[in-house]
Amino acid sequence: MCTVCGCGDGAVVLDRGRGHGAQGHEHDHAHDHDHDHGHHHAHGHHHHAHGHHHHATPHHHAHTGADLHFGTGLAGTEVPGMSQERLIEIETGILGHNDRLAAANRARLAERGVLAVNLVSSPGSGKTTLLCATIRAMQGPVAVIEGDQQTTNDADRIRATGAPAVQVNTGKGCHLDAHMVGHAMEALDLAPGTTLFIENVGNLVCPAAFDLGEDAKVAILSVTEGEDKPLKYPDMFTAARLAILNKTDLAPYCDVDLDLYEANLRRVNPEIEILRLSARTGEGLDRWIGWLRDRAAATARGAG
Amino acid sequence: MHEMSLCEGIRRVVDSAADRPDVARVTRVRLEIGRFAGVEKPALSFAWEVVMRGSKAEGAVLEMIDLPGRATCFDCMKEVEIEERLSPCPDCGGGRLLPNGGDEMRIKDMEVR
Repeated sequence: MCTVCGCGDGAVVLDRGRGHGAQGHEHDHAHDHDHDHGHHHAHGHHHHAHGHHHHATPHHHAHTGADLHFGTGLAGTEVPGMSQERLIEIETGILGHNDRLAAANRARLAERGVLAVNLVSSPGSGKTTLLCATIRAMQGPVAVIEGDQQTTNDADRIRATGAPAVQVNTGKGCHLDAHMVGHAMEALDLAPGTTLFIENVGNLVCPAAFDLGEDAKVAILSVTEGEDKPLKYPDMFTAARLAILNKTDLAPYCDVDLDLYEANLRRVNPEIEILRLSARTGEGLDRWIGWLRDRAAATARGAG
Repeated sequence: MHEMSLCEGIRRVVDSAADRPDVARVTRVRLEIGRFAGVEKPALSFAWEVVMRGSKAEGAVLEMIDLPGRATCFDCMKEVEIEERLSPCPDCGGGRLLPNGGDEMRIKDMEVR
């Protein structure tokens, strides 16, 4: 049936674009079918065989021989002045696919009572050195997912501590995503109660937006980077639960103001926790281990 | 930031929504982008043209709707709208603001025929 007027068969074949009724389909109500789009309807070529769609007009007419079929639009009909364009509501986050995979990762981690920490920073802040020191100082099972564009250097360094590690090379990719981490988790076969460290690609921009299923993002900022780093890259420090101010042993040589670092971190994220630490000397490492222990206890409660 | 991979995410959603026999072409896709989403619009438009090639949305218009930045001021504890990520609180002038809106990256809808 015509979905506009309810007047019978919707598969209406029109003669020269002039209204319904070419197949003895009588109308007695006034349709204004004065088309002005000026198609030539008698050219007799099969529209689709030529792959020549009328992209420039909102009309979508199927040409069959000398006939034109106006009922192929979404509504199964066409009314002059009413476009065949239709709106499809989507309302989906652009990162929705990643977010769903991250939720699946999070569920698997919770099932096993695994604490996952996503370490984010610029390149060279000392993430891997901190991780090696952390693994040596920690009790209980540890596993590491290493993200870099190239090389297995970092995973090799982690494995040298005795902890299992999977290297994910992202190629040109600027961040780890939940899909990569899901596969890396499969390769690690995490035992219950493990602490999983995910060392993200060194990049203060993109990893902020990609949920991996972690319990918390931890941003590592070394004292040589400049006090205004949090102001320059606020998204990352807003996304982080904890900021580690690393390489504090170098502070006396760098003319840096550690309090200003903290003030700038709190400016972009008033709720952020901050630890000062030197992975090289071990100063402050105990507080970091304590923070991990508290988070792991919270995770275990959540899992239990 | 990573406009190419954002576009690939959009293509995944658009392809799946347009994968029906009654959709021949996607002519327009509308996004809602928060002010703090970190999306570089010209880069996204450029990536759009490249990534959508060969899909039903090739040549479709990409429309981006801006959503305002919102934050909680930790000095006056009010919810405020701010222009820039580091803007002070428009109400009390405080500088400690935690964004709670404006990082949206959503595909709102699309026009098809």
